[in-house]
Amino acid sequence: MRKIYEQDVEDIATGASFMGAGGGGDPYVGKLMAKSAIKRGNPVSLISVDELDPEAIYAPVACMGAPSVMTEKFPKGDEFQRVLQAVADQQHKKIGGIFPSEAGGVNSMIPFVLGAQTGIPVVDVDSMGRAFPELQMTTLHLAGVTVSPMAITDEKGNMGLLDTVTDKWAELLARDMTVEMGATAVVSLYSTTGEKLQEAGIAGILTKCQQVGQIVRQHSKGHDWQLQQLHEITNSLHLFDGKVVDVSQTTSGGFNHGQITIDGLNSFSGKTMTIDYQNENLVAHVDGQLAASVPDLICLADIDSLTPFTAEDVRYGKRMAVFGLPCDEKWRTPAGIETVGPRYFGYDYDYQPVEELAKERG
Amino acid sequence: MEYRLGVDVGGTNTDAVILTEKNEVIAHTKSHTTPDIQTGITNSVNKVLQNVNFDKSAISTAMLGTTQCTNAIVERKNLISVGVIRLGYPATLSLPPFTDWPADLVEALHPLTATLRGGNEFDGRKISQFDDAEVTSTLEKWRGKVSSLAVIGVFSLVNDEEEKRVAELAHQLYGDNFPVSCSAAVGSLGLIERENATILNSALNQVMQRTADGFINSLQQAGVSAATPYLCQNDGTLMSIDYARQHPILTIGSGPTNSIRGAAYLSSLENAMVMDIGGTTSDLGVLVNGFPRESSVAVDVGGIRTNFRMPDILSIGLGGGSIVRQQEDGSVTVGPDSVGYQIEDKALCFGGDTVTTTDIAVRLGQAQVGDPQLVQKKISLEFAQKAAAKIKAMLEESIDNMKTKAGDVDLLLVGGGAIVAPQTLKGVGKIYRDSLGSVANAIGATIAQIGSEYERLYTYDKVPRKEALADAQQKATDQAVQAGADGSTTHLVLVEETPIAYAPGNTTKVKLKVVGNLHIAGH
Repeated sequence: MRKIYEQDVEDIATGASFMGAGGGGDPYVGKLMAKSAIKRGNPVSLISVDELDPEAIYAPVACMGAPSVMTEKFPKGDEFQRVLQAVADQQHKKIGGIFPSEAGGVNSMIPFVLGAQTGIPVVDVDSMGRAFPELQMTTLHLAGVTVSPMAITDEKGNMGLLDTVTDKWAELLARDMTVEMGATAVVSLYSTTGEKLQEAGIAGILTKCQQVGQIVRQHSKGHDWQLQQLHEITNSLHLFDGKVVDVSQTTSGGFNHGQITIDGLNSFSGKTMTIDYQNENLVAHVDGQLAASVPDLICLADIDSLTPFTAEDVRYGKRMAVFGLPCDEKWRTPAGIETVGPRYFGYDYDYQPVEELAKERG
Repeated sequence: MEYRLGVDVGGTNTDAVILTEKNEVIAHTKSHTTPDIQTGITNSVNKVLQNVNFDKSAISTAMLGTTQCTNAIVERKNLISVGVIRLGYPATLSLPPFTDWPADLVEALHPLTATLRGGNEFDGRKISQFDDAEVTSTLEKWRGKVSSLAVIGVFSLVNDEEEKRVAELAHQLYGDNFPVSCSAAVGSLGLIERENATILNSALNQVMQRTADGFINSLQQAGVSAATPYLCQNDGTLMSIDYARQHPILTIGSGPTNSIRGAAYLSSLENAMVMDIGGTTSDLGVLVNGFPRESSVAVDVGGIRTNFRMPDILSIGLGGGSIVRQQEDGSVTVGPDSVGYQIEDKALCFGGDTVTTTDIAVRLGQAQVGDPQLVQKKISLEFAQKAAAKIKAMLEESIDNMKTKAGDVDLLLVGGGAIVAPQTLKGVGKIYRDSLGSVANAIGATIAQIGSEYERLYTYDKVPRKEALADAQQKATDQAVQAGADGSTTHLVLVEETPIAYAPGNTTKVKLKVVGNLHIAGH
């Protein structure tokens, strides 16, 4: 158990932008909410998965909807408590803690808002170890935990309780309700016991985000130190350095799709990388050869400062470093690969771990 | 024949130019900026008029570009108290106004805030029912405690009627001259950034009144009494002095914009990259259809995040006074420190002992400044070539960073330090230079047109695209005419449509801009 203060929240937000693998949106509004909640309320307690009560209920609380709407119409503030209580009431169990649904953007911050408001501890765990575009793409889903019971609410106090036959139904119905609520909503879903969360969650993710944020903040220690620390903490492989020469984007079905083309710099001079993304980065090729694919993480950062950025922020001329991070072992199971591997996203090849691809390339 | 007078007040110099109605530059001058601004303007205007021989009453328009408002925010000076009314209850309560502001600036504004009923969803539905009585009772409570109002409605870009209604009620209660800023007229999507810009706009009201009065007084004192006064905005267009009194925030960032526009005029190009090389830094901007490209990221002003229209400028630490050093490993570094305004004492070619980029240009025969003999002795050819290669690489990298697509661009070089740039650069087609480059800023102020931008969300399934675009163009044109444009000359220079993911009914953010010539009475 440790306390979380404003500076910690800053670092976690930065790290979550990196671990979000290109997705998750701009954490600005979320970070402000968390910082001002901590300023007005209590410092938040962060507990590790070893400290969970096996009998109590733990649940993520998250924002759902269009990130661009969230910058104009943000929450009233009591929505988070409302959905969490509703989910706990359904299960007739006491609430043990809350955790982020994903490591990325605004949703890495929401548990800290709620934690500061209520004193409920935040658990150092998530169910993706990164960000993913769809509700069923979680390690909890792999372990048989269902999305339902799910609660969804808006700032006016409207509330929906979903009890669906499959997780895909929850995704469909919740998306419609979100639009009616003004294209942003607050949800709680995937509630589970401490025992199950220990078994199925990705432990230590918030601490990892915080460590990444701290590394990025310490420019003064030099680029080499930063790269070495990043490698130690995330097992990252430095896949590429280069300059963005092309970005093609389309929006369909509520998702941003696109491809980024990067011309090599430094030791990668003369090579070309392409990255495909759907909200998050999906696959990366160097000179036509696969360098990394989902569920491994393809993370983007400024070539000099290592400030992370999302796929939406990529512009012609940006100089960036591209990192490949091995995903959590839970994703490297047959069920994991089926849920979020390259074939799920429409690519006609099998998943190969990023570190093996690197060995093949020499 | 009619003439135009342009004045640009920078941090160091106040420049003035006179142009004919055909935009020929017939006189230009530089003098030092003074603490009270007005004296510097009066000096420059008097000086520039000494060089011409026509009647002062032939000057029909006078334009001012100024950094007054930026300085007021940065220095926390001369700001007035602000009452902030947000419309959208119960949404947005988690982040009240001023959440992310520096404490000393909040203190300078003595603000009162309230979040009241009203506001829109992204598709135009109401968040809650707007209530006249609630607004009136809030205003009654604040009577005598605030000197200005800022009104911000959630999604007011979809519909700004409620913001306007609050302004109307405030004028009924506090009098017609009470300053009220409505956010839809100030910023774009992103409530926090738009609110910040609206609050600053209100707080700057008095600074702007003083600037406007000062400019008018300077013109009177210099005998330029027939000229209509205008102020420059950050997007390279003009505002009438009355419009500027309402929108002071729009003057912020007009400096770099004017140099980009001035450079464009000197070269007659519409699309090019512009590099203004000063003593310490080089500012790089991009000209698109005759106007500076806008920045797409949130811009900080004095530590506050805003989203109003700013030119996309990249600054690098390379100027005519940048210090050049030999490192132990044999490599050569340039800048980021500079001898700045002391160049005439410190640079080698002026008898000083510091090697600057200007000395490198003199050593290689690129420039004739000071005494070349002094440089020949102290700088080896090899060292000069290494330094020149470094300067070239720095410029090339910054140019490449500002490109939005591959291929060569044309480059306009202006500013006092332009002599340090090489004759050719990778990624650049043609390089343009001009002897009037040092007053490009004031020229940019003088040739500015009247423009107006309009941004709104339209649902194309309800309002067909063609109708929506026509509606937006009409709104923008009305705004331009109100700001002083001749309605018969306005035309579209920009249309941007951004689809909103998740939103049904084909909801699209439409942003467009029209510009037109100045409306001159009697023409």
